[in-house]
Amino acid sequence: MLSVQGLKAYYMTRHFGVQREVRAVDGIDFEVLRNEIYGLAGESSCGKTTLIKTIAAAWKPPLQIVAGSVGFTFAPDILRLAPAELARVRWKHLAYIVQGSMSVLNPVRRIRESFVDFAFRHLGVARAEFDRRVSAHLARVKLDPGIVNAYPHQLSGGMRQRVTIALATICRPEFVIADEPTTALDVLVQKDVLDMIREVQREIGSSVLLVTHDLGVHAHVADRMGIMYAGRLVEEAPTRELFRAPRHPYTAHLIASLPRIGDRTTRKPLEGSPPNLAAPPPGCRFHPRCPLAMDRCRAEVPPLQTIGAQHRVACFAVNA
Amino acid sequence: MFGTLRDLLKTNGEFALGAGLTAFVFLIAALSFVSPQPPLDVYVVPPDLPPGWPHVFGTTSRGQDVFWQLTFAIRNTLLFGLTVALLSRVISLVVGLLAGYKGGWVDRLLMSINDTFIVIPLLPILVLLYFVMRDRMTWGFLAMTMALLGWAYDARLIRSVAMSLRHRDFTRTSVFSGMGTREILQREHLPYVLPIVFSTTLNNMNWSIGLEVTLAVLGFTDINTPSIGGMIYWANQHTAMVAGIWWWIAFPVALVMMVFIGLYLLAVSLNEYIDPRSRLSRMGVAS
Amino acid sequence: MSDSAPLLEVDRVSKVFTRGGLLSRERIHAVNDVSFRLEAGRPEIFSIIGESGSGKTTLAKMILRIETPTSGRLSVRGTDVAHIHGRRAGLAFMAQVQPIFQNPFEAFNPLKPLDHYLFMTARRFNGAADETAAARMADGALLQVGLSLAEVRGRHPHELSGGQLQRVAVARALIPRPRLIVADEPVSMVDASLRMAIVNLFKTLRDELGIAIVYITHDLATADYISDRLIIMQRGRVVEAGDARSVLADPQHPYSRSLKSAVLLPDSLTPAATPA
Repeated sequence: MLSVQGLKAYYMTRHFGVQREVRAVDGIDFEVLRNEIYGLAGESSCGKTTLIKTIAAAWKPPLQIVAGSVGFTFAPDILRLAPAELARVRWKHLAYIVQGSMSVLNPVRRIRESFVDFAFRHLGVARAEFDRRVSAHLARVKLDPGIVNAYPHQLSGGMRQRVTIALATICRPEFVIADEPTTALDVLVQKDVLDMIREVQREIGSSVLLVTHDLGVHAHVADRMGIMYAGRLVEEAPTRELFRAPRHPYTAHLIASLPRIGDRTTRKPLEGSPPNLAAPPPGCRFHPRCPLAMDRCRAEVPPLQTIGAQHRVACFAVNA
Repeated sequence: MFGTLRDLLKTNGEFALGAGLTAFVFLIAALSFVSPQPPLDVYVVPPDLPPGWPHVFGTTSRGQDVFWQLTFAIRNTLLFGLTVALLSRVISLVVGLLAGYKGGWVDRLLMSINDTFIVIPLLPILVLLYFVMRDRMTWGFLAMTMALLGWAYDARLIRSVAMSLRHRDFTRTSVFSGMGTREILQREHLPYVLPIVFSTTLNNMNWSIGLEVTLAVLGFTDINTPSIGGMIYWANQHTAMVAGIWWWIAFPVALVMMVFIGLYLLAVSLNEYIDPRSRLSRMGVAS
Repeated sequence: MSDSAPLLEVDRVSKVFTRGGLLSRERIHAVNDVSFRLEAGRPEIFSIIGESGSGKTTLAKMILRIETPTSGRLSVRGTDVAHIHGRRAGLAFMAQVQPIFQNPFEAFNPLKPLDHYLFMTARRFNGAADETAAARMADGALLQVGLSLAEVRGRHPHELSGGQLQRVAVARALIPRPRLIVADEPVSMVDASLRMAIVNLFKTLRDELGIAIVYITHDLATADYISDRLIIMQRGRVVEAGDARSVLADPQHPYSRSLKSAVLLPDSLTPAATPA
């Protein structure tokens, strides 16, 4: 469904004579298949936000695409599309769920009007039929269809997020990008919203690229997962497999350090901190913090290699 | 510091232009110290001469060289503007920061005083003051009065910034580090408030100079001290425009316009530079 | 402040916010009749668990003297917090109770270097006479959290990661040698790979320095990892309280039960064996 090849996107800034190049995305290759939820995990400043901006063709200067391509089955080379064609593709084939529903819903327009703004053009049906579809869709995400008359601030955070999901999926898009869809939500609501995303996905049969730093979220809904570190993909595997047997030292540490109720064994912390993407370390970007680092890791970039069924790892220590 | 000024000059057109204009005006003001003619003397040179050599800007009907008069005039006008701006900044800062940070009754009290000052109509009060004070109306007194009238609006601006800063975590950290109110206002909050202070200073200068010119043209100030407005006043008294002595009015007006435009451009470009947000992005913080 | 009195006593504390003007007023019970106690001689990690709107942050603010209770009594070492007036008494209080905030990037003024706060704390609370003395104290505190003054000196907040900043915040809080640290969601904004270092640090503070910690969070798993006792709050009220391990192993109140079931990591997804 989605194929990303060798993507490199850097932020080039010039401010009062100071030039900086931030290598947010530095050589990413991965694919998302039909009818699956692919979870992209990574901590802050690993480049995942830049990656999805690029994939959704929503990038602006100072972000520049330096190399690579992004292709969907419905839009083979989305980076080179003209704005008019991009608008046609968006929402009908490619939808975007953002973090923070309030940035999507216009606070001074009712929910019904937001639906009209986003989706009416794409569905191409008469108004009465459109309203009927909106009601049916809202019922499907377990919301009372009567809320179409409400303003966003009258709904709770969880309800707003469900409206955002409904908005994104009403045109039955083939691909949905969800960027931290549950972060600011309460724990109880989070689970409901995630279950709902999965339900909607199964029903429409679309592919979802779910991006969040929270591994618990991925454990709950993702079919396959990719771990990003400092602008590169370091491991990719089906969710079960990744949690059961993580191979890359970074992934292994992340998963081992997850606190679980009932388990009070001391977790060992990881030294150092994520690198500055304006001046990343040479070779493997994880080597300053890696317990398995060898000389080779400082010099060369480890390639992403397949080591098992759908399991890829970028690490010299593993692939040796 | 000079490195940053050089960078600014190179990269920012507005700053370069503003700095250039202002520097030019200051140069003219500085030349007043080497003027061959004392400012108050009249009929020292042949009157009504058009611009030429040796009187590059011509001479007035009162027998003064326009150029040398201008140097004194602009010097006094600039000094006046600067004094008013500085005095009123001090008042706005103290009132605004204190009211914003303390809140409660301190805020309410200060803001009631503030709002009283905002609604005072300036020109009528100044004219009234002139008629009351007459010959005792010196420049210093006028500057003080205008400073007292010009702080209110900006104090509110500063207060709103201070209010938002009060609730930020780093203010709390400062409190728990043992810092007192005065210290917090001065060391933590002031940098955030500086852009407002700076742009309002330059605005304030423009405002006070404009008001001074207005008053002087109307004859409501001490017209014996040369100022831009004073020159225009005398020019009107001698019906210069009708008599064709255009240079007497044109050059003071041109120079004061340069002051306005130069200060405005400086304010705009420097404002962007010292704004904490742009400072942060220059330091390399991801926004 | 007396030594035999409990370190922190929260006695039927409530906080009511009123909104609205003269004609229509709305009363919001942010905190409603909360009571608990931390004894002086036994430092412990006491967690307050709740979602947004549960009142946990308001309660933290009251303990830190940033808000005052509408009713009830909140006392630290026997002194009622509401009766502390004036700069001296305020400083004496803050020498006992220090905060850690949620957002490490907001905790420090982005325009100022970090050592400014460390030195200021040393000067005001420990009476450090000059810069050398202050530097020594700052360095000592930083070493306790796994950093050093050389690493931090002259740096601005944006030059460090969230985890490092939070550690600097802890170091600063340690300088006055407080008896109690109130940490409001200290790791929710810190990267996962750096989180455990901070959480382990709290354990060290309790065990080696004898500092009690009030730990506020919405994450049950972390609370289980380090707490001794805890309370669970819902809409301002305490719904369950007790020993951390037993409460979380088998919660009684329906709300606590639903919180536990909403935890996303199923026990089935644990690593089979950790790689070498």
